[in-house]
Amino acid sequence: MYTKRPDGRKFDEIREMKAKVGVVPRANGSALFAFGDTIAIASVYGPRPLHPQHLQNPEKGVLRVNYDMLSFSVPERKKPGPTRRSQEISKVTEWALLPALQIKNFQNTVVDVHIAVLQANASTRCAGINAASLALAHAGVPMTELVSAVSIGKIDDKIVVDLIKEEEDHKEGEGSTDIPMAFLSESGKISLLQLDGKISSKKLKEAIEAGKKACKKIYELQKKTLKEIREE
Amino acid sequence: MEISNLTKKRIKDYLESGNRFDNRKLLDYRNIEIETNVSKNAEGSARVRLGNTEVVAGVKMDISEPYTDHEDEGTMVTTVELLPLSSEEFDYGPPRINAIEMARIVDRGIRESGFIDFKKLCIKKGKQVWTIFIDIYSINDDGNLLDAACLATVSALLTAKMPKYDEKKEKVCYNELTSKKIPLTKNVPLTFTFHKIGKSIILDPSKEEEESSEARLSIALSSNKKEVVINAMQKGNEEVFSEAEILKIIELAEKKYKEVKEEIINKIEKNLKENK
Repeated sequence: MYTKRPDGRKFDEIREMKAKVGVVPRANGSALFAFGDTIAIASVYGPRPLHPQHLQNPEKGVLRVNYDMLSFSVPERKKPGPTRRSQEISKVTEWALLPALQIKNFQNTVVDVHIAVLQANASTRCAGINAASLALAHAGVPMTELVSAVSIGKIDDKIVVDLIKEEEDHKEGEGSTDIPMAFLSESGKISLLQLDGKISSKKLKEAIEAGKKACKKIYELQKKTLKEIREE
Repeated sequence: MEISNLTKKRIKDYLESGNRFDNRKLLDYRNIEIETNVSKNAEGSARVRLGNTEVVAGVKMDISEPYTDHEDEGTMVTTVELLPLSSEEFDYGPPRINAIEMARIVDRGIRESGFIDFKKLCIKKGKQVWTIFIDIYSINDDGNLLDAACLATVSALLTAKMPKYDEKKEKVCYNELTSKKIPLTKNVPLTFTFHKIGKSIILDPSKEEEESSEARLSIALSSNKKEVVINAMQKGNEEVFSEAEILKIIELAEKKYKEVKEEIINKIEKNLKENK
């Protein structure tokens, strides 16, 4: 039985979140998003002409996402440069963000989103998506809604929100199942869903419900952060 | 950014009258901000801002075999990653020449200063030594990433704690940092990159100024007790310096080093105390 989380949080409690826009002044838009010790920054360049030309799409704008972790963001140094993991996360992040964007009229252009994980303690892709969503809005890229992401886990038999590394590595009982997911703020649609572990369909339903609730809270913080720039 | 020739000319003319677009004097630095321990999983880390330019550096350590010609000394690897996140001019892929050059100048400045006591990083002579990985990332490029990179590296090294080493298993326990610091000396290295634009010599260029630069000279200095020594130099860009200009720059660099060294160390120490 999993009765207590290592950091004392309630099962449905998100770590302390931090959100800030404008952290990379040179970019068209940028933001930082943190779940406790997991810190991601994102910057956006574009829409701008896409080179080389053969990559251009004359029917719509292209979104290009690159996610990576800084070498010292993890306990054992990660060699700089892309890995299979970072390439997969870049792609699913792209799919998570694209439904919220209105770039079909930006033919032949690209919107580049760069995500760097400064410090990692699980849920880095979710922090990255939250930062990227803020950065895109900050850049003024047309969007119909924001994207909010959270990792839901099943630790032994309990559904928990916003996993930390220790929970991801939980071995006792039924072990650990990690389910990162993203919700679109207005339509409530799901644009990211991954799963790694073992879970029954009944529990999965419960996990998605928990994710929806958590993403609402994240969305409120994202909205508040964006409103603050307007007031400045 | 690729600034226009017209802007370049404006910058050059303005510098000749002793002024800069942001109101600084020719040899003034922008405001220097140092923040230490910005990434908890690193053995040491720091964020440095020079105005809008921002760089983060992290120190990680591992065990490796020593070089055969330095059997009782630890080793060091320095990398610079110019993230596309920090500028529309940077691309993904293997490090380009500007990143490689930057890493090599910082590496020489640190290595030759004797700031790190490599002999104390030897575990078993000829068999096992500590390797220090210094990884530097650009977060926002508004000119002079090199000087910011060196400053961030020094700050990260000063904050770094050695990880625990399990001699039986011959493994590093990354989650158990000891309270022991990396063996450092008082020879704090700093780089100063001077740029020549027209007849003027300036320090700490903004992005626009850096793009107008005709020639540059980076100097890494350190000091042991009273004496300041030059540890590394690199002349860059397509134009040339006269001998007199080089000598003047060296003199200015020594003066600048004495001026800012204490200020920078105080900033780092103050930040370290606040972080505790």
